[in-house]
Amino acid sequence: MTFIKKTLASSIAIAAAASMAATAQAEISDGEVRIGYLADMSGTYRDLAGPGGLEALQMAIEDFGGSVDGMPIEVFSADDRNSADVGANTVREWVDQRNVDLVAGMVASSVTIAVTKVLEENDGFGIVSGSAASSITNEHCTPNHIHWVYDTYPLANGTARAVVEQGGDSWFMLTADYAFGHALEADVTKVVEENGGEIVGGVRHPFPTDDFSSYILQAQGSGAKIIGLANAGADTVNAINTASQFGVVEAGQQLAGLLVFLNDVYAMGLDTTQGLLLTTGWYWNMDEQAREWAERYYERVGSMPTMVQAGIYSSTMHYLQAVEATGSDDTQTVREYMMKQPIHDFFARNGRVREDGRMVHDMYLARVKSPDQSTHEWDLYEILTSIPAEEAYRPLSESQCKLVQN
Amino acid sequence: MTMIFGVPVAVFMGQLLLGLINGAFYALLSLGLAVIFGLLKIVNFAHGAMYMLGAFTTLLGMQYLGVNYWAALLLTPLVVGLGGMLVERVLLRRIAHLDHLYGLLLTFGLALIFEGSLINFFGVSGARYPTPDALQGGYQLGFMFLPKYRAWVLLAAIIVCVFTWYMIERTRLGAYLRAGTENPALMQAFGVNVPLLVTLTYGFGVALAAFAGVLAAPLYPVSPTMGSNLLIVVFAVVVIGGMGSILGAILTGLGMGLIEGLTKVYYPEAANTVIFLVMILVLLLRPAGLFGKEA
Repeated sequence: MTFIKKTLASSIAIAAAASMAATAQAEISDGEVRIGYLADMSGTYRDLAGPGGLEALQMAIEDFGGSVDGMPIEVFSADDRNSADVGANTVREWVDQRNVDLVAGMVASSVTIAVTKVLEENDGFGIVSGSAASSITNEHCTPNHIHWVYDTYPLANGTARAVVEQGGDSWFMLTADYAFGHALEADVTKVVEENGGEIVGGVRHPFPTDDFSSYILQAQGSGAKIIGLANAGADTVNAINTASQFGVVEAGQQLAGLLVFLNDVYAMGLDTTQGLLLTTGWYWNMDEQAREWAERYYERVGSMPTMVQAGIYSSTMHYLQAVEATGSDDTQTVREYMMKQPIHDFFARNGRVREDGRMVHDMYLARVKSPDQSTHEWDLYEILTSIPAEEAYRPLSESQCKLVQN
Repeated sequence: MTMIFGVPVAVFMGQLLLGLINGAFYALLSLGLAVIFGLLKIVNFAHGAMYMLGAFTTLLGMQYLGVNYWAALLLTPLVVGLGGMLVERVLLRRIAHLDHLYGLLLTFGLALIFEGSLINFFGVSGARYPTPDALQGGYQLGFMFLPKYRAWVLLAAIIVCVFTWYMIERTRLGAYLRAGTENPALMQAFGVNVPLLVTLTYGFGVALAAFAGVLAAPLYPVSPTMGSNLLIVVFAVVVIGGMGSILGAILTGLGMGLIEGLTKVYYPEAANTVIFLVMILVLLLRPAGLFGKEA
């Protein structure tokens, strides 16, 4: 009797839970769409995403109308201080206790990899805009996140290939010693070697590093034609400045900045950076649509947006449209819808979300202008070519992602 | 090519020289900390912020008031040092009779406030300060290209360090200072204005940090976080040298620069940690520091 009672009770409980899950799928939980913005708000990577990215997110929400089907959109934000622990704990609390539907932003790759694991365990959802490591949608892919703006694969593919084709066939790699740097170094090595070049040496420097003089000296001693900078943010800025103090370019070596953001070029000035080749996912002055949005952003923030800040707007907009169209904030429902919809806005051209979570879109090879070419303080890049979406990113046939059937 | 442990001699020599230059920064900063701790027993966690303010004052002075580098070398330590004296007079003096921990917390809080407010206005990308014209270019030493500016930094830092050591250890003013901290009541009975001495000493320690900030401005991007990155290393240097030892701070600063420089060649991944490894070793074997006196 007790046995029957127990079975009966548990089957009722299971049925109830299942029906609740079914209703949850077709509804917006808590009557609110909750977005958590996680980024480095005060450290090395602040200026490429940081408070500007939060502003871009707010712009997207305002442009969307501030609510989805009459349900308000609430935004939380936190500073991950580039620490994987801080990021993962923050997101665990957001998903566990505040029922956050979307985690946006995410910059340092080490933080992102930790956060996406938490999202996978708790069935949360994240859109990564700031991180670079291509492993985020390769060996670290999850069904719970999408990677939006760029990754190390097109950076290597765009910049390194262009440099090797121009005769820069021996490389010395200056690599930030963590997930992102390693991923970029691996991608660059592959591209350089495939195109007939050679990696003659390298240094993995601690993250972050202020003084690059020792590493620059080692790079000078290596005799390589190209010094590849597999780092980002303040590290790249410091490395380029130090190289200019030590007369690297005058002595006949060239720098290849593999991940250079608009704010970095702005901070260093055109005197130091002119002629630098770089690959970018977006540039504010690349066409009318981009310019129009960038100028609105400029009005609010006082600086021109980086590709990451623009990507945060674009991805948030796409997410909100998906929630509205499906009437749900359930992770898989929204993700599936986002995968079905092509993305074509001021930010992404020929964009689509693949099954590994990678949003592929056209990328651009750019060259930093010389001070004579530049007409005003934010006139920094000249776009040389665009790299079609399907060629820019790692092909699915090479993917190690568990979501891809190979 | 002759090699030293698998590294060409030229590269090795270059690294030693660069290590020495970085060491000169450590020496200047740890010297200021050691003076403040040795004489006032304040663990000055705002030291990194003062260094950063030195660099910022130099940058803003040039942008808004047209103050050139050479004038800034004199004016910035003066301005920031006066600010330091104000901090001592208004804040630190009130907690001088309490445990050291309170001074540490207060200065740490001040550092966060300075850093946070500047981040709010300037961001973290940092701005560049041009190298003064007279120090553009460099010397071809055969084994390396040495930018003139770095040679100047080494020279200037060593001059200031020697001057400070001499003043504290060998002059009458220095003797008053040391005596005033040993036994303030007795010194006051002799008619020496001890509170004024304390204020001046704190101001001087801060001015040393600001001076290092001016030297750093053309080398590194001037950014609000530049001080906090350096502060922990400098504290480790002071601990290794022996808290409060003036000569210890200078020699350890230079020595740690060298050790760090060599680590960057042989095992760059550990470059940011090697100083702390040395610190652990020193604390295990000689808890008072290399140059400290056993209590």
